[in-house]
Amino acid sequence: MKLSKNFTNPLAANNPVIVQILGICSALAVTVKLEPAFVMGLSVTFVTAFSNLLMSLLRNGVPSRIRIIVQLVVIATLVIVVDQFLRAYMYDVSKQLSVYVGLIITNCIVMGRVEAFALGNKPWASFVDGVANGLGYTIILVIVAFFRELLGSGTLFGMTIIPEDWYIANGGFYSNTGLMLFPPMALIIVGCIIWIHRTINKDLQEK
Amino acid sequence: MGLRKFVDKIKPTFSEGGKLSFLHSTFGGFETFLYAPNIVTKRGAHIRDCNDIKRVMITVVVALIPALLFGMYNLGRLAGVEGVFDAFLYGLIEMLPMIVVSYGTGLAIEFIFAERRKHEVYEGFLVSGLLIPMVMPIGVPLWMVAVATAFAVIIGKEVFGGTGMNVFNPALLARAFAFFAYTPQMSGENTWFSSSSIHKFLGMDVAPVATSTGATPLANLADHGQLSDVATDQVVAPMLQNISVSDAFFGFIPGSIGETSTFAILIGAAILLFTGVASWRIMLTVFAGGLAMGYVFQAVGMTDYPAYYHLIVGGFAFGAVFMATDPVTSAQTNTGKWIYGLMVGALAVLIRVINPAYPEGMMLSILFMNALAPLIDYFVVERNIARRKKLIKNVK
Repeated sequence: MKLSKNFTNPLAANNPVIVQILGICSALAVTVKLEPAFVMGLSVTFVTAFSNLLMSLLRNGVPSRIRIIVQLVVIATLVIVVDQFLRAYMYDVSKQLSVYVGLIITNCIVMGRVEAFALGNKPWASFVDGVANGLGYTIILVIVAFFRELLGSGTLFGMTIIPEDWYIANGGFYSNTGLMLFPPMALIIVGCIIWIHRTINKDLQEK
Repeated sequence: MGLRKFVDKIKPTFSEGGKLSFLHSTFGGFETFLYAPNIVTKRGAHIRDCNDIKRVMITVVVALIPALLFGMYNLGRLAGVEGVFDAFLYGLIEMLPMIVVSYGTGLAIEFIFAERRKHEVYEGFLVSGLLIPMVMPIGVPLWMVAVATAFAVIIGKEVFGGTGMNVFNPALLARAFAFFAYTPQMSGENTWFSSSSIHKFLGMDVAPVATSTGATPLANLADHGQLSDVATDQVVAPMLQNISVSDAFFGFIPGSIGETSTFAILIGAAILLFTGVASWRIMLTVFAGGLAMGYVFQAVGMTDYPAYYHLIVGGFAFGAVFMATDPVTSAQTNTGKWIYGLMVGALAVLIRVINPAYPEGMMLSILFMNALAPLIDYFVVERNIARRKKLIKNVK
C-alpha cells in the first residue's frame, strides 16, 4: 500500500472509531469538553505512533508466543510517559482525564494497530499508520466534544459561546441541553456521525 | 364531489414520472387523510374489517380527548380563572401552541423521511403528536418541545425504520429526553402552572388569582407521604392545601396536562377496551402490579399511605392506559403481556418509593420494559415450542 494512502485511509474511509468501532469507551468518557478530548486524542496519537514504531523495530526479534507481553510493556511504558508529561505540564487537563490516560493501555486501537499492522510492516510505514489512526480517533473525539460542549455547556474550549442573557435564569429563552453531559448522548452523536459517514460512503453500508 | 375530482385530477402530477413526483408520499398522506384508500388487496387471505392503522390511531386520539379537555380546564382552574368555560378557554389557548409545535415538528420529520425513503407516511405520529404535549408540564418552553419531539422521532423511531419498528414509545422518549436534558424546566414546583405568557402575548386581560406554586401530589407523597402540600417555607396555593383522594382521582391537582384526572383517563380506557384497540391484559396487569407493589411497601412499612394512592397520582394511570399498551413497543404474546404489564406497574411504584430523585417512576419503568419486551416474547415463544416438542415426544 502506498504511504499516502496509509495516512489518509484511517482518517475517514477506515476510521478506527466509526468504521472499526474501536476505542468507543474513551470516546464516550472524555468528550464532555473539547480541551480534554483534544489532549486525549493527541495522547493516543503519540502512543499509537510510537508503539507501532517500536514494535515494528522489534518485530523480528520477538517470538510470537510472547509478543502480547512485549507489546503491553511497550505500550504501558509509553502511556506512563504521556501520563507523567500531562501531570507535569497540563495538570488541570490531566485531572479531568483522570484514569482515562492510564486506560489508553487498554484502548483497542493501540493494540489493534500493533497486531494488525506494525508486526508485518516496516518501521516508517508503521509509524505513519500509528499517527494516522491516532488522528482518526482524534477527529471523532473532537467532533463529538464540539457538539457536547457547545450544546451541553454553551462553551467551546472553555470560552463562552452562548450569550449569558440568552439563558432562562437571566430572563432569556435558552437552556443548555443537560443530557449532552451524560455519556449516552456521546453514543448517540457517534451513531449520527456513523450514519452520515455511511450515507456518503455507500460501500460501507451493510446489505 | 368536487374535492374527490380535484384530488384525482392532480394525482398524476405526484405519481411516478410526474412533475412533483418527489412529493409522492406527502400527496399520499393527504389523500388517505381525506379519503379511505380504494386499493383492494388482490391475493392472500382476506380479513373483512375496516380497521387500518389510521382507524386505530384515530380511536386512540378520541380516547385521549376526555383527558385532554379536562387537562385544559384544570390548567385554567389552577391559574385561578373563574367559571368552567373560561377556565377551559384559558387552558385551550395555553396548550394549543404546544400541540401545534409537537405535530408540526414531528410530522415535518415524518414527511421528510417518507419522501427520502419513498414510502407512505404512516399515521403513528397522530397519537404521539398529541401524547407529547399531554405528558409535558405546561411551563416548558416551546422550543424544548420541538427538540424533544425531533429527538424522539429521529432517534427513537426513524433510525429503527419508522412507524412500527421503534423499540421505545416515541412520546415517552420525548418526555425522557426533555426530563434529562432540561431538568429545571421539567420538574420542580413552578413548572406545573401556566405562565400565562401566551395570554400576555395575545394582549388578553387575564390576571391569575393564585400565586401559583406548589408541588404535585406525587412529589408530596415522596416527600411527606401525603397528597397535600405541607411545605411551610413557601406560599402554597390555597387549593393545594387540602387535597382529598377524590380531588386526586378526578384530577383537581397540578401535573402534566393529560395525567391529572384518573377519571378522564378511565373514560379513555373504556373507549380503548370497548373498541379492542388496546390490550386489556396489559392495562389490567399494570394496575395490578402497581397496586401489589404498593401493598408490599405498605406491609414492610416503607410507606404509610394507602397503596391505591399510587394509581391516582402522577402519570401512573395515563401511562398504564395510553403508553404501556402501545402495540408496537409492548410484548406481543399473551403470556408476555401479563409479565410485561405486571413488571411495568411494579417497577413504577418501586422507582417512586425507593428512588427519591425520580418521583415519577412510570416513564422510566415503561421505557425499561419496552427494552425488555422482545426478550419476554422470545422466552414465551421458546417455552411454547419446548412444551409442544415434549407433547410430540409423549405421543410417540
